Amino acid sequence: MNTSLPGSIKAENTSIPHLVIEPGGTWEALNLRDIWRFRELFYFLTWRDIKVRYKQTALGAAWAIIQPLFTMAIFTLLFGRLAKMPSDNIPYPLFAFAGLLPWTFFSNSIGNSGNSLVGSSHLITKVYFPRMIIPAASVLAGLIDFFFAFVVMVVLMIWYRVPIGPGILMLPVLIALTSLLALGVGMWLSALNVKFRDVRYVIPFLVQFWMFATPIIYPASLMPAKYRQVLALNPMTGIIEGYRVSLLGGINGSRFNWTAICFSAAITFAVLVYAAYDFRRMEKTFADIV
Amino acid sequence: MTVPFAIKAENISKLYRIGGQARVNRTLRDTLVESAGRLNIFSRTNGNSRRESDLWALEDVSFEIQPGEVVGIIGRNGAGKSTLLKVLSRITEPTRGRIEIFGRIGSLLEVGTGFHPELSGRENIFLNGSMLGMSRREIAGKFDEIVAFSEIEKFIDTPVKRYSSGMYVRLAFAVAAHLEPEILLIDEVLAVGDAAFQKKCLGKMSDIAKHGRTVLFVSHNTAGMLNLCERGIFIERGRVCEDGPIEPVIQRYLKSLRAATPWDLTKFEDRQGRGRVRFSRVRFEDENGNAVEHGVSGRPLTIALDYEASEDRTIPNCRASVAFYDGLGQVLFNCSSELVIMDPIDLPQKGTLKCTIPRLPLSQNQYLLSLFLESNREVEDWIQNAIELDVIDGDFYHTGRLYPEGWRGKGVLVDHQWSFDE
Repeated sequence: MNTSLPGSIKAENTSIPHLVIEPGGTWEALNLRDIWRFRELFYFLTWRDIKVRYKQTALGAAWAIIQPLFTMAIFTLLFGRLAKMPSDNIPYPLFAFAGLLPWTFFSNSIGNSGNSLVGSSHLITKVYFPRMIIPAASVLAGLIDFFFAFVVMVVLMIWYRVPIGPGILMLPVLIALTSLLALGVGMWLSALNVKFRDVRYVIPFLVQFWMFATPIIYPASLMPAKYRQVLALNPMTGIIEGYRVSLLGGINGSRFNWTAICFSAAITFAVLVYAAYDFRRMEKTFADIV
Repeated sequence: MTVPFAIKAENISKLYRIGGQARVNRTLRDTLVESAGRLNIFSRTNGNSRRESDLWALEDVSFEIQPGEVVGIIGRNGAGKSTLLKVLSRITEPTRGRIEIFGRIGSLLEVGTGFHPELSGRENIFLNGSMLGMSRREIAGKFDEIVAFSEIEKFIDTPVKRYSSGMYVRLAFAVAAHLEPEILLIDEVLAVGDAAFQKKCLGKMSDIAKHGRTVLFVSHNTAGMLNLCERGIFIERGRVCEDGPIEPVIQRYLKSLRAATPWDLTKFEDRQGRGRVRFSRVRFEDENGNAVEHGVSGRPLTIALDYEASEDRTIPNCRASVAFYDGLGQVLFNCSSELVIMDPIDLPQKGTLKCTIPRLPLSQNQYLLSLFLESNREVEDWIQNAIELDVIDGDFYHTGRLYPEGWRGKGVLVDHQWSFDE
């Protein structure tokens, strides 16, 4: 019988790779080896997404800034001024933008990666590479927009003279968590989208509903204690609140809610594992049905 | 570093659920509507729809390919050739069976996969190259060569959406031609570009083939295959029909193409073209207009082609041609109405076209004819290699001598004279 690892590239004494293709279970392993082998394609696809996104737009990459900035302005007017929404003693524009910044990244990433596989059907039916690269590249490309918008955050922070605390060190962790959660959700939706094009229409609803279930417009502290438990089930709650503490903790002296962040991390990990598993399961039929 | 083989396929099968495939492409609502439709007892799809919706694109396909072999895979459209390449290149999974591969595999199922219209030629070379499995360093190393091959140096920084289709294809093929895996799977990509570029591509292909690379090559172009491959695999309805030296495999394939009832073409399906006017019958006639079953060397032969248009009106500016092929699918000569009639031909809705060859210049053998009809430069009907013509020897040179069997020249007889001076 075959002694080599099925479905994988393996160097056996020589440099000649040996590959076994069989139906069923053998492909369900994560095949990280293949993903590693195609890492440059991952880079190129991300780069293409970034490069192409703002082609033939008058304002170009400024759109990455305009979107959260205008949303913030509207929210400030509606919720900050008119509705007098409490904001944990943080100026409302700062409060809103600190939430909108990661949220815009998250929601755009879900939208883009959710539609990414269907949009790449011409690749899926013609070349082999680990399909996970496609939704992953969409998320990574979104991260670039995030950094553009982050410049606005920095400007706002200087404007309001926000003191920087050690909390800022948590920022990379929070960004990683947001990216991984977006990857998990986006990857799963993208695979589902191949089979059911309904997903395309579901995504905007999902994103909108999810935004209201996340403390972006309002602070989590606004919620009565019994609802706060429910709100915490949403992994974005811990993450968004985390961003606020990390960036704006210097204003109101708020502390990280480590329980919430660990909980978000655990859910993110679970979503990612499940999404990867389900993606691999569905991946086999992509080329046939996309 | 010897390996037991390059590719070993054991009993691979691939099942497509056609009905299912169509369904999943639609939305949940369609699925519901369809389910409701199934309740309808008058629905025609009810009976054996299940059986019809299952299609075995491949069935128990087995073969072994040695390193360095250049193998042509032939078969008509829908025979399963492309599915086989897709399975081998891991784009889709086999339903059953097992494939073992030694060596890095590169597949070219089309040229220019992943080209993005907004990106420049330069950028697309890198994107496309990495999609085909080349590393960035590899692409950078071959970059100049690729650009030179594509002949588009001047436009390398122009977005490819501004390219002409010829330039686009040349660039795309140039990238593909510089792919250097141990095993190369190629699907029909040679059918690109203008004639000169096609020739260049063929040259590049045979270079690849000569350099010890294992190549699997899917095409309809039997003549190209004859030059490139030493072995052929003929696939028919998802099964390996014949596997062996290229010549007999091609002969077998061409034989399978022939119209079952060569005289009646109305039900013949393996044809191309717009189809507003089609050949309906074909027959051979001698000089007296009597139907004959075979041609005779040196005697007149008329190929009478009945045609019929779908609409009742004149078909303007037509051109018809009959091309003669040998048993290996290599074209010998082509009789085109355009060469002998100066004025444009307007055909009535229904009638018979006759092509007469006053002295049939073929020696005893079996030949294949392709029929072609166009109107206003658009292909209306094109039936390739479908009509068999048996030629028996006759006195072509009026000397009573025959063209010796086995002589080179493919049995084409040419009128000629010899003389000598003192």
